[in-house]
Amino acid sequence: MPRPHVLGHPHYWQRLAIYIPLCAFALFFLLPIAVVLVNSVRSTQDILATSVIGWPAHVLWSNFAFTWSRFCIAEHCTGIAPYFSNSLVMVVPATIVSTLLGALNGYALALWRFRGDRVVFAIITLGVFLPAQMNLVPWVIVLRELGLFNTIAGLVLIHVVQGMSFTTLFCRNYFVSIPADLIKAARIDGAGFLRIFWRIVLPLSPPILIVTVIWQFTGIWNEFLYGVTFSAGENQPVTAALIALSAHISSEPQYAEQSAAVLMAAGPPLLIYMLGGRYFVRGLTAGAVK
Amino acid sequence: MWLPLLVSCFYVVAFSLWTVGLSFTRSSLLPDYSWTGWHNYSAILASRNWQIAYTNLYIYGIGFVGLATLVGLMLAILMDQRIRGETAFRTIFLAPIAISFVVTGTVWGWLFNPTIGLQKLAHDIGWASFHLNWTVDRDMAIYAIVVAAVWHGAGFAMALFLAGLRSVDSDLLKAAQIDGAGAWRTYTRVILPGLGPIFVAVLVMLLQFAIKTYDLVVALTAGGPGLASTLPAVVVYDFMFQRGELGRGSAAAVMLLASLAVVLVPYAAWSIWRNRRATLA
Repeated sequence: MPRPHVLGHPHYWQRLAIYIPLCAFALFFLLPIAVVLVNSVRSTQDILATSVIGWPAHVLWSNFAFTWSRFCIAEHCTGIAPYFSNSLVMVVPATIVSTLLGALNGYALALWRFRGDRVVFAIITLGVFLPAQMNLVPWVIVLRELGLFNTIAGLVLIHVVQGMSFTTLFCRNYFVSIPADLIKAARIDGAGFLRIFWRIVLPLSPPILIVTVIWQFTGIWNEFLYGVTFSAGENQPVTAALIALSAHISSEPQYAEQSAAVLMAAGPPLLIYMLGGRYFVRGLTAGAVK
Repeated sequence: MWLPLLVSCFYVVAFSLWTVGLSFTRSSLLPDYSWTGWHNYSAILASRNWQIAYTNLYIYGIGFVGLATLVGLMLAILMDQRIRGETAFRTIFLAPIAISFVVTGTVWGWLFNPTIGLQKLAHDIGWASFHLNWTVDRDMAIYAIVVAAVWHGAGFAMALFLAGLRSVDSDLLKAAQIDGAGAWRTYTRVILPGLGPIFVAVLVMLLQFAIKTYDLVVALTAGGPGLASTLPAVVVYDFMFQRGELGRGSAAAVMLLASLAVVLVPYAAWSIWRNRRATLA
């Protein structure tokens, strides 16, 4: 049954009072996105002559090809492409592995009572909120020992281990609603830990796995601090390259090319947001209200 | 099969204790495990960078958390009036969640840049007295970060408030309507008091984010001009990797964690207490 409504049927002026602020805020939220979209097809001279808010004098699609493969970032004129592919090579395995391990952990925490399970849960929750600065130095030491410093593999390792706290918590919060009797019955039938996970829990998990994959992908793609600390030069992910780009802007600014670079760096998570927006909201409310 | 869980726990505990340990040592460029007691802590607390960063954190924390909560609540209430195009509005307000702080900071940096940003636009259309050069203004740089952070975080607050508004008990609303309460009274007396727990969740989440803010500052102002918009997380990184003082940097990181604990420990205690009470009732 729909709930009764505070304003009943709003009058004309009431409707104005609703839509005017909504549209004003929509403009505020859209402005930076529009700026990036439009400036990516303008020329830098055009931007400098007017401002970043302006219609293109000529639509320059060529910005994209140039930024992708020839643009100079910190003296390397390789374009954004290698950094983009670094991000991709980092994010795909890190997302898949951290999600799978998180599902396994969440299952163990939610459905298998064991001694100290509350302590484990508390520690993992702590891991979600812990500032990254608390583990930067240990990671430097560990990565050097493993010979993974300044490699994509090192970043994958960090994102898997760090991401596991987050994915475990997500999956655990979802799995606690699976009835314990279901697991009990399976155990009486002789099914073990992994068999129950495989046959009962995973088939029930697609909703939470989708949410987790989307959040992990977005989070890891957009992450900057680990990228800039543990990789340098040509091994950096695209977020770190963007900062290198604006820090090393040589003699003349290149706002148009930078806009194209920003658009490409923001592209993959935005695309996922457009396709799976409702899962974002689900993740938000699941993560915070519980 | 319990290995991943073990790794997770070990990682959180061991790496944190490692950094805590380092914070009591004389480590500079390389870890050096000779004990110096609280020396790093007193050095950090006495350093100008740390004091400025904390003053900035207060301004930024209050400004960002206050504004993002206010904007989020307002948007949620507006969105809850059976509006047309709710999906479109929600998609717009929540889009920043998918956008990195690096991108957010870069683009707001352009908008605040006096030579190509909003100031230039205003001057071009004849509004010559318009001034907006916050990223290069010592007194205003921290507010530029507030604006960009509100842009990024208000949608999150809206989503939580909207979920709360949609779960208000209909009987309560009906009762308020029968009593002839107007919209204002219904919100201030009936609906918003019921959202108390959501207010707390929103405030805590935004505040813990504010304490950890790093990328946004690096991308928008790089902490400048000078130190005008630096924040504790930036100072931690600066000590660790720019100055090569791992001991000092670790002490600063531990103090960052302590600030976080001031927010999160009471919240955790309150949540546990509330859950207990709910299960008892």
